[in-house]
Amino acid sequence: MVTSEERRRLTAPPDGMIPRIMSGGATYRARLSLSSRFENIELAERVLGELCDEAGWSEAGRSPVLSSLREAIANAVRHGNRMDLGRRVGVEYELSEGEAVLRVSDEGEGFDPSAVPDPTAPENLLRPGGRGIFFMKQLMDRVTIETRPAGGTLVVMSRRLNTEKTGGTLHEE
Amino acid sequence: MKSEIVDRGDVRFIKLSGKITIGSGDVELRHLVHSALDDGKKKIVLDLGKVSTIDSSGIGEMVAAYTSVAKRDGQLKLMHLPSKINDILQVTQLITVFDVLDSDEEVMSSFS
Repeated sequence: MVTSEERRRLTAPPDGMIPRIMSGGATYRARLSLSSRFENIELAERVLGELCDEAGWSEAGRSPVLSSLREAIANAVRHGNRMDLGRRVGVEYELSEGEAVLRVSDEGEGFDPSAVPDPTAPENLLRPGGRGIFFMKQLMDRVTIETRPAGGTLVVMSRRLNTEKTGGTLHEE
Repeated sequence: MKSEIVDRGDVRFIKLSGKITIGSGDVELRHLVHSALDDGKKKIVLDLGKVSTIDSSGIGEMVAAYTSVAKRDGQLKLMHLPSKINDILQVTQLITVFDVLDSDEEVMSSFS
């Protein structure tokens, strides 16, 4: 659910935080700055859905991208910003007819992605958490995770529409 | 997420529909399973046939439910697995953890 505060941010220009869907050539872009609430995941999904409509992505094509976006924002809210409403989650979208590129940033302390245990290892199977990054890597062609010089984590991920990757989907089609 | 509870003998069926995602369904699932345990149920089935969307938090809650039930000497099983959730359980290796069934009869005989 979008809170009244979020709606104000999204509808009251000009503050640089409204979603901007710009069609320049065949590339569609938008940018969001969200407070650290899980409810905002659906808002970010809706924006991606709009861009996919513009770029002509099929339901099957967009589904893994939607799922990955969900995982990245959930991580940013929970692990990065630790649910601190004073910290923002940035989402940048760039969709063309052939490729989706997403950038999700937080204002947390950063972390070493190589230190995240393999959730498929037998000793980790019954751990309730730790599968978000694994899901993103399964679903997207490319995922990079870096700690930004100014602080916080930046996740950049991309997937081609005609990728040969056959990773399953977690999202309804 | 919506849920429906059906007790058949000493087996509790928890029929889930909609989304099991972070902040929407994951905590509800936890409460449903703990409520079953509090009611003394040790044979619990999650019917996932009408689940449309699940994320890593939803999968994590299913794993947490499995261990919570096992700690009380119970068993938690899954039924009517949608293909996309089956795919996830395959890729995460969790298919080796969960007992997955397709019908009420299969469930009842598996517990006996």
